[in-house]
Amino acid sequence: MSELDELYQSVILDHNKSPRNFRKLAEASAHAEGRNPLCGDVYDVWVRLDGDLIQDVSFEGQGCAISKASASMMTQAIKGKTIAEARALFDRFHQVVTGTATEALPGKLEVFRGVSAFPIRVKCATLSWHAMKAALENRER
Amino acid sequence: MTPLAVPPPRESRTGRSGPVWDVARVRADFPILQRSIRGHPLVYLDSAATAQKPRQVIEAVTRYYETGNANVHRGVHALSQEATTEYERVRHLAARFFNAADPSEIIYTAGTTASLNLVAQSYGGSVLQPGDEILVSEMEHHSNIIPWHLVAERTGAVIRSIPVMESGGLDLGELEQRLGTRTRIVAVTHASNVMGAINPINAIAAMAHEVGAVVVVDGAQSAPHLRVDLQAIDCDFFACSGHKLYGPTGIGLLYGKRALLEAMPPWQGGGGMIRGVQIDRSSYAAPPERFEAGTPPIAEVVGLGAALDYVSGWDWDALVGYEQELAAEATTALAGVPGLRILGEGADRVSVLSFTLEGVHPHDAGTVLDTLGIAVRAGHHCAQPLMRRFGVTATLRASFGAYSTAAELGSLVDGLRQVRKVFG
Repeated sequence: MSELDELYQSVILDHNKSPRNFRKLAEASAHAEGRNPLCGDVYDVWVRLDGDLIQDVSFEGQGCAISKASASMMTQAIKGKTIAEARALFDRFHQVVTGTATEALPGKLEVFRGVSAFPIRVKCATLSWHAMKAALENRER
Repeated sequence: MTPLAVPPPRESRTGRSGPVWDVARVRADFPILQRSIRGHPLVYLDSAATAQKPRQVIEAVTRYYETGNANVHRGVHALSQEATTEYERVRHLAARFFNAADPSEIIYTAGTTASLNLVAQSYGGSVLQPGDEILVSEMEHHSNIIPWHLVAERTGAVIRSIPVMESGGLDLGELEQRLGTRTRIVAVTHASNVMGAINPINAIAAMAHEVGAVVVVDGAQSAPHLRVDLQAIDCDFFACSGHKLYGPTGIGLLYGKRALLEAMPPWQGGGGMIRGVQIDRSSYAAPPERFEAGTPPIAEVVGLGAALDYVSGWDWDALVGYEQELAAEATTALAGVPGLRILGEGADRVSVLSFTLEGVHPHDAGTVLDTLGIAVRAGHHCAQPLMRRFGVTATLRASFGAYSTAAELGSLVDGLRQVRKVFG
């Protein structure tokens, strides 16, 4: 597979076109905005918690295919996880997109490994994840 | 005055049947053009961000460090004298290249941004009173906007805009309306870093001078593409960067009319800008030294000198004709890509243009092009007010320099068709 095909796999193009959990969340327990001032991409992430459990998560916003697909798949990946599990997953995701981990990511998230060939796009892939992490931290304060 | 229909500036048009530009010969001087990127020959269409450097510049900087390195205006020794001679020779060269009335009107700075901040802080800071107006065009780069915000906050001056028309040109009728007795400064770019649109500085200066305002021109994008004649365009200040003119980074120029510079206070204090210093006060040197505190970027000045020597050897009529033709071909060829929209399509422009592709984010398109070895810029180009004016958050920008070819334009168009294939 070429670098290009690896980056823009059909699953990423699909999530870009039809993002999942793309809505404002009613009765959210936490919210944060992720903004990349370099490119103008901006996402809102909402989380509803039951104790330590992420009951529901959603997002809205605009940006490139990488950032939007990543946000969409992030919401699917952390729904039903605990806060600690979501954070641990972000750490692993970050290592994979920066090319510092070889261990496969769960499910379809593995498609983001292609980002590691394009360091400038790491910020796109992690934008909504940072917002998710910030939302969880806001809530704890 | 009926400035609505101002003819395109003289320096922008040479016609298509002019002298021939030998692009192959020029390309041979630029070592980096031999590089391949991700298995493809480099197609460098980002000269508006920074131009590549000819061997002549690279070698001049190396030679200076290997055989001529010394501080300027300081020592009595031979090396220092040589460095000082070269440092001042380049000032003369720059004055001649841009046709300033006198070399003392040329100040060395770190780049266009530093030049504009210098004017805003020193000139703006000393003349602006609360309620005075600064007119800033909607197509400015942030570096010709934010310095005015900073000085307006300090002085109580007010910023007003000069609108951009759908064609990409400045609305000179509106400019005339908004010029008034409170207008002190008109800040305008010579050529848009986003659309390439050329502004008729001469006409703008005439209008501004009628109400007693000065015109501050961002020349970062015009200096590499047009034969700039400062006395002819009659602006009061002109800022440009060496690195966009095939020279090194870290060196720029500020031109200011002598009488204005003489009345301006220093911008930064330090060595080399004084007449005399006591512990509690000092008096300052005349321009340009007054504005050049501290050890300047000497190697970068040497490199800029090599760049000016190099481009002075060019046939500029041939270059301008060649680049304008490339820009015209680009406009036509890009229009053939489905869903592509050019910003300010009707503008008279230098060889810089921006566009959007329907349904594709510019960063995704830029990455696809990168996998084909094609370097373009994607983003807001530090021109958010202009992005807002055209209702976009970002664009792709292709910019062509003296070494760019029609074949490279072809690669770009093919690449954009590839982008369409990936994103549907």
